[in-house]
Amino acid sequence: MPQTGTATILKIFEADFGGIVEEWRGTQVEEGVRRSDLFTDSESRAQNIELLKAFLTGIRSGVHEQDFSFEDTAWEDLRAVLADLTKERVSRGVTPSEMANFVLALKTPLFSRLATELAGDTDRLIAEIRLVTRLIDAFAIYTNEVFIAEREQIIERQREEMMELSTPVVELWDRVLTLPLIGTLDSARSQEVMENLLETILQRQAEVVIVDITGVSTVDTQVAQHLLRAAAAVRLMGAECIISGISPMIAQTMVQLGIDVGTVSTRSSIRTALADALRKVGYVIEKRDAH
Amino acid sequence: MAEPQPDFLHKILQRIDLKTGKDAVQARQVVARELKARGVSALRVTRFATAVSEIARNVIVHGGGGHFTVGLNAATSYLDVECRDRGRGIPDIDQAMKDGFTTAGGLGRGLGGAKRLSDRFEIETVPGQGTTVRMSAKI
Repeated sequence: MPQTGTATILKIFEADFGGIVEEWRGTQVEEGVRRSDLFTDSESRAQNIELLKAFLTGIRSGVHEQDFSFEDTAWEDLRAVLADLTKERVSRGVTPSEMANFVLALKTPLFSRLATELAGDTDRLIAEIRLVTRLIDAFAIYTNEVFIAEREQIIERQREEMMELSTPVVELWDRVLTLPLIGTLDSARSQEVMENLLETILQRQAEVVIVDITGVSTVDTQVAQHLLRAAAAVRLMGAECIISGISPMIAQTMVQLGIDVGTVSTRSSIRTALADALRKVGYVIEKRDAH
Repeated sequence: MAEPQPDFLHKILQRIDLKTGKDAVQARQVVARELKARGVSALRVTRFATAVSEIARNVIVHGGGGHFTVGLNAATSYLDVECRDRGRGIPDIDQAMKDGFTTAGGLGRGLGGAKRLSDRFEIETVPGQGTTVRMSAKI
């Protein structure tokens, strides 16, 4: 087996860095992975150069006996450049395969130069091509991972935004408040909801608070505990808490879980809860005689 | 502890890493979606999704995080869920299954409740090594 190291590939890069960049860009155009609609020409050139330089830095000190890991400090530059580039491209709507092809397009200029450099020494050529292929494939896979991680962050952010739907405390009538809960009730959110609720009770001199859980799909023991604590806090402030919107499914599930709501009033719908609440504060709902 | 059913998680549908409360929410949403898609009644969907929510939350609160796997068992028509953590384990499983027992200031209904809400339920725990809960709902 001929000795393979990074010497040949480094030599090729040093001899004609500019040429490789141009040919790489050319291949990108041929393979349709350079999006002129997304990048200006000069932007794209600067990015290509920066990325290739970082890749080169990695090859120079990050490959040991043909082994390398992008987690090593030698590849720090590449990781940083790639992270920036990916972030920007994700926001511009580039797809993961476009990103991968963009990196893989680097093979063409490198292979052709290796073939010229090592003409006549087939064994070495094959060995070198094998090393370069591994490097570039790993580079492309890593690019994809960065890309996916960036997207996952976006998804995660959106998920958080959705969960943090604001929970307004609404004054339904004089001294009657309602808190319509939607989605999930985790500890952080329940704390926020409770503070907001107690503050409003004070401001509005509320006597009855209807906590409506029609929009809560699952009441497990944690959610139940948050609800019961909120009810207890409401009671401490001298108001009464009615939990409404308990569906037959949730009622049966709560019984199986063994959750005891104790003295907290519960109603199946916000409608009955409202009728109750109005009665408590001294109002009657009356139907006018039809004419 | 009994060996898991040989056909448990026969066809894996999804895995989720359980790290935060949000992952537990995702786990129960996946379970609810899979059951609903297979025509399971709303009541039974709610029951099993709640059970999964309890156990997934336990993994996060007590087990320091872990993994959730949901799969199908076509032969026996069960939707199988496995929640696994590498936490401290449960020293006294019978006590932990009892209603009212809690170590984290919760209601102490989760484990026993989850068992009552599942069609099949088994728990395996090794102190110091972690806990695995396997639970299923009949489709």
